[in-house]
Amino acid sequence: MTDRRNIDANRVVDHCRMMWRIRAFEENALRGLDEKIVLGAIHPTIGQEAIATGICANLNRDDVLLSTHRGHGHTLAKGANPEAMMRELFGKEGGNCGGKGGSMHIADFGVGMLGANGVVSANIVIAAGAGHAIKLKGEKKVVCCIFGDGAINRGPFLEGLNWAVVFNLPVLFVCEDNGFAATTRTKTMTGGDGPSARARSFGLQAKEIDGNDVMAVDETAREMIDAIRNGGGPRFLHAHTYRLTGHTGSDPATYRPKEEVEEKWKDDPIVRASALVDGQKDAIEKAKAEAYAEMSRAFDVAKAASFPSADLAFTDVQDAGDPRQGAY
Amino acid sequence: MAIMTYADAAKAGLAEEMRRDPHVWAVGEDLGRGGVFGQYGGMLAEFGPERISDAPISEACIMGAAVGAAMMGTRPVVEMRFSDFALCAIDELVNQAAKARYMFGGQARVPLVVREPIGMWRSSAAQHSQSLESWYTHIPGLVVVCPSSPADNKGLLKTAIRSDDPVVYMEHKGLWPVEGEVPEGDHLVPFGKANVLREGRDVTIVSWSAQVHLCMKAAEQLAKDGIEAEVIDLRTLWPWDKDRVLASVEKTGRLIVAQEAVSVSGFGAEIAATVSETLHGALKAPVKRLGAPRIPVSYAPPLEDKARVTADQIAAAATALVGR
Repeated sequence: MTDRRNIDANRVVDHCRMMWRIRAFEENALRGLDEKIVLGAIHPTIGQEAIATGICANLNRDDVLLSTHRGHGHTLAKGANPEAMMRELFGKEGGNCGGKGGSMHIADFGVGMLGANGVVSANIVIAAGAGHAIKLKGEKKVVCCIFGDGAINRGPFLEGLNWAVVFNLPVLFVCEDNGFAATTRTKTMTGGDGPSARARSFGLQAKEIDGNDVMAVDETAREMIDAIRNGGGPRFLHAHTYRLTGHTGSDPATYRPKEEVEEKWKDDPIVRASALVDGQKDAIEKAKAEAYAEMSRAFDVAKAASFPSADLAFTDVQDAGDPRQGAY
Repeated sequence: MAIMTYADAAKAGLAEEMRRDPHVWAVGEDLGRGGVFGQYGGMLAEFGPERISDAPISEACIMGAAVGAAMMGTRPVVEMRFSDFALCAIDELVNQAAKARYMFGGQARVPLVVREPIGMWRSSAAQHSQSLESWYTHIPGLVVVCPSSPADNKGLLKTAIRSDDPVVYMEHKGLWPVEGEVPEGDHLVPFGKANVLREGRDVTIVSWSAQVHLCMKAAEQLAKDGIEAEVIDLRTLWPWDKDRVLASVEKTGRLIVAQEAVSVSGFGAEIAATVSETLHGALKAPVKRLGAPRIPVSYAPPLEDKARVTADQIAAAATALVGR
């Protein structure tokens, strides 16, 4: 639990601003789903905003982030433009991926966000490789790889952690543990003592923290990222949180009692962060209002935008054997 | 021109590219000791352990790490030892490497080469003998290369390393010791350009990889009977040299596709269908596909041989098509 006495009030306000931006983005995305302009599945990150916020606050623009299907928050916190993201969710021209990816493949290479991924755990080995390239080139960048607790039962989790240790790579692995693997409680399907224990068994330094305490995430991420940047090798951050929505935007999540969710709303990371500082209520309220205005604008712009030209289905496939070069 | 083995020619090509571009590196199991077939022998001494990198037996991570490292601006050459083992890394190749450029709207390039040795040699049974090249031709985003000669194994590997596409590079294990003339220096063989190994008027035989050599043997037998076969080595299956194949069949009116892979849904079916769709009126005989029966490869030689397409079978098929 973060100690209120030595807190940097401005930093808390900044974090609240980012968390409200993520929350507002997700609420607008859910509105888009209701209005049937979000076309495919979305996986809301409501309730988990503190992890993306606390970690990305410690990453540089040219540091690298790899995310999951539940990646809107990570992408925003890394610095992506929400209007381009909303366009992508709506399958519109000007989306981050030109409408070819949608929510599950959202990416913004310009801010070092190398992609959400539709395959659970797949980003872990890719992150190891991104770290490998940084090492080969002698750069000082750090890779951050965020995945859920469901990812730890797939092989790439084990293979990627081992690889990062063997080659001493600059990778921060973050397990965003919301307790659910899709719609199943992860603990019922997982042997042993969970993510941190598995990480330690590979020789990784691991820390388990309250992921709804944004200042705890911030502080732990800062320590770990500093150590990684200074050649200390990979680290593992296990952050506990709770998914306040269903698995997807259309999942009513009836597999868990209503009382449990109501109880968890009391642990809302934004409310908790706001309570850490006195005298900042107005600043936080202002940040909130700005966040909702920004995301509402992103929604309106994306809604009004056109679909991409259908010919673009044939671009960016490959150079050799390009489908535009002949009657393939 | 130097005389080199198929294995050494690839090594020469890789070494040249590594000298030319510091971002090229190779990674896979046992590479420091030269690789399972010696195709990296001696490279560690020149390039060091970071660029001729050993790896754990961890195919998914070897491939996945190559995807990440390629997206970050390096050019990894991935060694899978056997195409059979590369099946442990299918998500990384098919869902990640092949898709990244497209699904991220052109933001990513994944310039990796994955070397996946294919084919039967002797008594290696069902998990070390497969020819799975047709699988990858089905995946948008991938290039598929199947060199048949030492010269091509140098020139195509160099082209593959310089390509910004992910390339599935399938060398045939039976060809490692085969010797041939190899041009020195910057010998680059382009993708999608077939090699006409022998010209002929009576029948077109299309093949790739080790099977090409059996087609040439069959063509020599046929020539003794007065049948002139045109033998085309496709070299790359995606892209494939459709124009060259169609021009040949237009001339001969007859087509045989010979492949070591299982015939059902093999790449020969794609060629046969394309020729049938395009040149139906020009065909003097039905298109003939030759390939392995749909059985796993065995260990015991008489059983294993049942999965082979022989030169005699190719010659007999050609004779039947020509109607002699």
